[in-house]
Amino acid sequence: MHIPDGFIDAPTSLAVGAAAAGALVVCARRSGDMMEDKHAPMAGLVAAFIFAAQMINFPVAGGTSGHLLGGALAAILVGPYLGALCVSVVLVVQALMIADGGLSALGLNVVNMALVGAFAGYGIFLLARRVLPATRGGVMAASAMAAFLAVVLGALAFTAEYAIGGAGGASLTRVAGAMVGVHMLIGVGEALITALTVSAVLAVRPDLVHGARDLAAKPVPVPDRAAAVRG
Amino acid sequence: MARRRLALFVAAGLAVALALAFFLGPEASSEPDGLNRVAIDQGFAGEEAGHRLEESPLANYEVKGVDDDRLSTGLAGVIGVTVTFALAGGLFLVLRRRRTG
Repeated sequence: MHIPDGFIDAPTSLAVGAAAAGALVVCARRSGDMMEDKHAPMAGLVAAFIFAAQMINFPVAGGTSGHLLGGALAAILVGPYLGALCVSVVLVVQALMIADGGLSALGLNVVNMALVGAFAGYGIFLLARRVLPATRGGVMAASAMAAFLAVVLGALAFTAEYAIGGAGGASLTRVAGAMVGVHMLIGVGEALITALTVSAVLAVRPDLVHGARDLAAKPVPVPDRAAAVRG
Repeated sequence: MARRRLALFVAAGLAVALALAFFLGPEASSEPDGLNRVAIDQGFAGEEAGHRLEESPLANYEVKGVDDDRLSTGLAGVIGVTVTFALAGGLFLVLRRRRTG
């Protein structure tokens, strides 16, 4: 899903880039306020894991591959504000060190993968958790739904950017259909990896899954529970 | 105790990430990804401009000068994971200091 330079024109890239930068400043403020010191190594770990997972393209139908985007996963583990920052760090490292994702397209990629992934993903995760049981299985199912839809929404975000400033004059309805179609397949992989990763962390350190802190707090008495919810 | 346990968890997680990058990174499918497939099929793939940092020492997940493809990609992954961990962890520490200090 990394947009190279040239697909989207400069004015659009610049405008979206400015909006993305503004959103990341808000994310930085909010995560600095909301999170605790223990989240610093977690932020590093989440970003490092997503970098590694993004390397591993898996085949989907018809000579096409996909890889984890990680926005929903990051948000579930460390909250949407810090999660969006983690994915953005991955995108910056890729654009500057690996030549993966265009330099002028960096803001577009931050929007599609970091911001849409983390915030839409986390919103869907919270909604799904309301109707699902407060168990590990319920959290896994909510994670899978969030991951799947976050990827499809990211594909739609690209389509919107292409509609505003896309090069090559492709038909918008066709781009939209093709983007959503292929990213539904990739979304299945995203859902599996996200649910399994969240489940693995839940099994070892449920207190480190931001979106499921209630599970870790369950067995302890009321005052401690209140403290855990505040973090 | 809690601190040491967290350090252990993060070290184990980092080891998993490094292993994924080193061992599975080189196994990645080289087929075009979803967006590139759509660009090819819908006829705008030709609009792609070359990356301005195409000549950088880690470009395209290959360490310049390491001839073995698997090793080259695996090493690029290990370096990338390490740099990403340090940047994200460091960034958050700075954010915390500025808020609490």
